[in-house]
Amino acid sequence: MFKVIDKSIINADEMVLNMGPQHPSTHGVLRLRIITDGEIVSKVEPVIGYLHRCFEKHCENLSYEQIVPFTDRCDYLASMHMSHSYSMAVEKLMDVELPERVEYIRVVVAELQRIASHLIAVGAFGLDVGAITPFTWTLRDRERILDLFEMLCGARLLYNYVWPGGVSHDLPPNFIQKTHEFLDYFLPQIDEYNQVLTTNKIFIERSADVGVLPLDVGINYGVSGPSLRASGTSFDLRKDEPYSVYDKFDFNIPVGEGLMGTVGDCWDRYYVRVLEMKESAKIVRQALDSIPSGDVHEALPKKIRPKKGEVYSRYESARGDVGFYIKSDGKNIPQRLKMRSPAYCNLSVLNEISSGWMISDVITVLGSLDIVLGEIDR
Amino acid sequence: MTSIVDSLFNYISFINIDMNILLLFAIVVPGLILFILMALNVMLSVYFERKVAAFMQDRLGPMEVGIFGFKGGKKFWGGIGQIFADTVKLLTKEDIMPANADKFLMTISPFIIVIGALLTFIGIPFSDGLIVSDFNIGILYIIAMSSVGVIGVILAGWSSNNKWSLYGAMRSAAQIISYEIPIGLTLLLIVIVCGSLQVSDIVSWQANHRWFIIHSPFTFIAFFIYFISVIAETNRTPFDIPEAESELVAGWMTEFSGFKWSIFFMSEYANMLIVSLVASFVFLGGWLSPFTIINVFPHNWLIFDGFYWGIFWLLSKAIFLVFVMMWFRWTFPRLRVDQLMYVCWKVFIPFSLANLFLVTIWELIF
Repeated sequence: MFKVIDKSIINADEMVLNMGPQHPSTHGVLRLRIITDGEIVSKVEPVIGYLHRCFEKHCENLSYEQIVPFTDRCDYLASMHMSHSYSMAVEKLMDVELPERVEYIRVVVAELQRIASHLIAVGAFGLDVGAITPFTWTLRDRERILDLFEMLCGARLLYNYVWPGGVSHDLPPNFIQKTHEFLDYFLPQIDEYNQVLTTNKIFIERSADVGVLPLDVGINYGVSGPSLRASGTSFDLRKDEPYSVYDKFDFNIPVGEGLMGTVGDCWDRYYVRVLEMKESAKIVRQALDSIPSGDVHEALPKKIRPKKGEVYSRYESARGDVGFYIKSDGKNIPQRLKMRSPAYCNLSVLNEISSGWMISDVITVLGSLDIVLGEIDR
Repeated sequence: MTSIVDSLFNYISFINIDMNILLLFAIVVPGLILFILMALNVMLSVYFERKVAAFMQDRLGPMEVGIFGFKGGKKFWGGIGQIFADTVKLLTKEDIMPANADKFLMTISPFIIVIGALLTFIGIPFSDGLIVSDFNIGILYIIAMSSVGVIGVILAGWSSNNKWSLYGAMRSAAQIISYEIPIGLTLLLIVIVCGSLQVSDIVSWQANHRWFIIHSPFTFIAFFIYFISVIAETNRTPFDIPEAESELVAGWMTEFSGFKWSIFFMSEYANMLIVSLVASFVFLGGWLSPFTIINVFPHNWLIFDGFYWGIFWLLSKAIFLVFVMMWFRWTFPRLRVDQLMYVCWKVFIPFSLANLFLVTIWELIF
């Protein structure tokens, strides 16, 4: 509806506006250097590194087991995904065959974690456009998932649950029943979010047609995850390169359809996440119904000392394609560890899709990309 | 008894003193009463808003601090002591000013805003005759005084020496000035129908005829245009663009703290009460009982009308409208600044102009 920068009509000086690192809606300690012309933004330059913890260098001095808690702290809203993807890389490096039960438990916790992470994304996006109540509702429901995780491993945010070769604890006795109860409660809540936020006229005005990410631009910038799928592709590693036991489950990949505006706008990026929560719930139910019995510590290696070699493994986290590259020289510490951060690539597209819009829209676009600074800065 | 100032003159006229002292007395006493009223209003409204927000968000809100034998707990009055705790905290807080701020303007800007709100109260009735001064240009005065605040907002934003404050102030100025127009046009419509600018005349017209909200389809539309416009004028969600906390940190209030910030808060909630009271006495029959609409009760006492019931009805209507504003705030997202201007200039102003034209025809015919 509104995208005007016609320098011939308005000839005004530009102002540099510093957004962050202390700002309510930069989702952490992100600093945005915005060049504005009045309310209209002509350039957005993300300045990152305020949360840099030398994760990759640090890993070169830690044994493989000790790295797991550090991966948890990368994407602190989806810790299970991070430790899962790291563990997958180590297992690939060591050629460990995992018991079925471990894979099923990992899928269950990963999909629950995806719901929890998307709940934050959906709620915080509402907060970014000014709706405060949906955020508290989504946090309320996320709390129940955290309770389940607490039951599972004692931790609520940083779990250290998925280890190379297994998981730290087996499922508690009534975990399956409790999870079913949660899903029964949770699925109707999604309709409630849709009523209060998704179909709200003001919300649609604010997010539809705003910050449209064309598919080719997204692919060129390396955008992945829900943010790319909203632009109209069904690229999802769970379907395209099935890892773990994802090929045994029946689920769909929600794709942005441009229901309220253009394909790939903020509304689509938001709504893809809402739909993905439903799909994740579907996967959790299937996995819980068919979970085999067995020992979760069976394949756990006593000492992780992989052979010389290198490995790259990909994983579909809540934010996109997480990649772990590990190079081993035969010692018990990796020679080099590199992590491909999805949120980092997703953030890089910010200038492309939000310049020419207004300051409020920069916030909307940033919220719809769903970044986590812990993972961007590493 | 027509107004508080008149009755004060009546009561103390037997004392033979200088007219100037008498006048001073008549100014100071209502002023103090209004100031206390505003302070009470902000304390109770903030508590009310926190509780309303909490119950909408599946929380409990303040529930720890009890006072005067009221224990904390899950009930609606569970944290009533929070009112006093908040007040003491705000008043004793350090007053921080940025080093490069314009100190003089930054000091006076909160007071300009609060004086705008305080002066508006002079023309606002609370019941039949319970008004500081019932002069013949009441509505015009209210509209004029409620736009004084924007000067304070611009000064606050400019003097803070902060880009966010400046953005907030500029947005606020544009917004308040734009929304003055539909507010003025809808109130003008009422003035045309009842033929007077005086507050008591407007209500007595409604007593003799009908409440304005059900008087004609055009006054019905005018009520909603007025109500939505005043939400924008008081900077409440979905029009809280000047202080949009997710974009502009806190808008023009960013650099203010402690006492000055509490003054801003006071004027914000006072403005909410003012616009709700104006909506109540202009459109919803003021101090008239709702039972007068139906007019089926045989006896007068069943109608619950009169001076004291008038206070109850007027405040009930106003507090209900305040509640609706809070309800909006905790339900709706925020509009963008261009969409806000679109709503004002391309929807409300043409509609209220057409409304104004049509209501004159309606009045000629019926």
